[in-house]
Amino acid sequence: MGSSRDELAICATQVCRHYVMGQAKVQAVDGIDLKIGRGEFVALLGSSGSGKSTLLNLIAGLDRPTAGNIVVHGRDLARLTSAELAGYRRETVGMVFQAFNLIGSMTLFENVELPMRFAEVERPAREQRVREALQRVGLASRWQHRPAELSGGEQQRAALARALVNRPTVLLADEPTGNLDSHNGEEILRLIGEINRLPGMTVLMVTHERALAERFAQRILVMADGRLCGPGAPPQPFPAEAGGGLG
Amino acid sequence: MKAADLFDLARRNLRESLLRNALTTLGIAVGVASLVAMLSLGIGLQKMANRRLTRSGLFDTVLVSSRAEFRGFNRGLRPQATGTRVLDENIRQEIARRPKVVEVFPDIRFPTELEYGGKPNLAVIAGLPLSAAQNEALEGMQGRFFSGPQADEAILLADFAKELNPQPAALIGRDITVNYPERQVLANAATPAGFSVIRRQRALRVVGIIEHEPYSGFRGIAHAGVFIPMPLAESLNVLQPGDLRGLATPDSPGRTYNSLVVRVASPNDVEAVETFVKQSGFGVFSLLDATRNLRRFFAVIDLFLGIFGSLALAVASLGIMNTLVMAILERRREIGIMKALGASDGDVKRLFFAEAAAMGISGGMFGVLLGWLLGRVINFGTRIYLQHQQLPSEDVWLVPWWLVAGAIAFAVAVTLVSGLYPAARAARLDPVQALRYE
Repeated sequence: MGSSRDELAICATQVCRHYVMGQAKVQAVDGIDLKIGRGEFVALLGSSGSGKSTLLNLIAGLDRPTAGNIVVHGRDLARLTSAELAGYRRETVGMVFQAFNLIGSMTLFENVELPMRFAEVERPAREQRVREALQRVGLASRWQHRPAELSGGEQQRAALARALVNRPTVLLADEPTGNLDSHNGEEILRLIGEINRLPGMTVLMVTHERALAERFAQRILVMADGRLCGPGAPPQPFPAEAGGGLG
Repeated sequence: MKAADLFDLARRNLRESLLRNALTTLGIAVGVASLVAMLSLGIGLQKMANRRLTRSGLFDTVLVSSRAEFRGFNRGLRPQATGTRVLDENIRQEIARRPKVVEVFPDIRFPTELEYGGKPNLAVIAGLPLSAAQNEALEGMQGRFFSGPQADEAILLADFAKELNPQPAALIGRDITVNYPERQVLANAATPAGFSVIRRQRALRVVGIIEHEPYSGFRGIAHAGVFIPMPLAESLNVLQPGDLRGLATPDSPGRTYNSLVVRVASPNDVEAVETFVKQSGFGVFSLLDATRNLRRFFAVIDLFLGIFGSLALAVASLGIMNTLVMAILERRREIGIMKALGASDGDVKRLFFAEAAAMGISGGMFGVLLGWLLGRVINFGTRIYLQHQQLPSEDVWLVPWWLVAGAIAFAVAVTLVSGLYPAARAARLDPVQALRYE
């Protein structure tokens, strides 16, 4: 998918994120320029410590850049207040993590419902949307279960349902297959691919699994030492085998 | 986040660490119970003292005398020859119409010769208002109170009764005869003050014996040994010292009183009546200063009891802080997740506040209940002890409704203050760091 300027979902300009650790200054992200079009599925590859998760956190609004700016759907994140940034995380982005990050004391239903509590969605609408989201990831019958009662793949599917329940336009996935076996990893990426097909849904996925990225992502970016190393692989057509109903 | 969701999440979180949160709540409850117990004791003691003092008739009473009166309680004041109002029926009615005034009666007492068993005895007779039936001095009275306002009945002071009969109780039901000078208005007198004095005799039946004189040390100078109903005393028209002075005054209004006793609804109403009486040109005497000192004393007692009671609550507040700080450490990752899902700093702060408030409300309510139960037990124990000591039963423990509401509100306030730091700390958590926390 080509990305024209007026269809940009994410635009990062000279983004830096430096940390001071004792006497040392760590340049986790060092002057990155990035443009991702609306509806693109971009994989961000790199070795551990290359700065890819830091960049993802900056785009997610969980962290603020030391320099540069990030514009997502026309909103400059650097200009947002803390409360506005929380609103941005609630409404614009959905996140999935390597460690799933489901809350262990809550049932799947409660976990998926949680973002809607922050978004002040009315209770009847919440129930409807939780059921839809769980059905989409094939966990409709497990809504009463707690995360510990599910397999890793199921937990990540539940995390995907939670990320989508507030109907975001950007899905940010941080090593979503990192804790999964190859079968479940592939299943998750197939689901993410399906989600990317939703109208206007942009996906940015951090991974170190090049093979899966090449199969599912339309564009691959590679990071090393806080910088982007070239454009990576050219946009790929969506794999035919990745098709399938999402419910 | 909506309030309903906030409290729902808080409830769920509190349930997750049930034992720890229950123990923290119990700590608050013990603190509140201690506060309620201490303050209830102070309030109970104050009420008991007020009750006793009110029943003594000393603290809700104002003695009114004419400034022209040489004797009485205003010896320091120089009598004014002219322009001084006299204590008559008009001013009595005027005072009686004032708000919070329960009754106004003259201080009628007169020396008399009393005959019993054919022997004469000198005695001072005093009129006793019917309201004195509630007076503390009549507690433990042998016999009974007057049967009516005009009953020819007398209550004797035990010391005087012993002069008549070494076994005072044997006097109950017997008659005594009193001789007194009656003031009889002359039908064709030139001035209303003109009167003649006639010797009268009246038989009175002894109905009761009391140990202490009602209003002792407050009314009049001469201690009375015999008490008769006040309406009867007034109707006897006994010659009073003021009557003779009235004769010397050219424009005497007629019947005057030596002094009037004004009884008000509560000791708090004394000041207003005092002011009115002074402005009306009369001398007053009351134990207002003593009442003020008593109130000040109990205010200080209450303050100290409150401080001691609050100490336990202060310790409990440290427990709340500790519980919430521990909860932040345990739920660090959860806080990170919530922030990643769109919770604002304010949402996180409010969630911790809601948890603190829930513990405060539960602890406060349980604490009040605990304090109340403790009070019931102590009241029960006190009653048994007083009965053993053959003393009248008293409740030393009192939990008014405002203390219940105040203690719960105070517990919530203390828990919210205790939650300030943990809540602010939770809200400030960096979500990236929190998500990395294992």
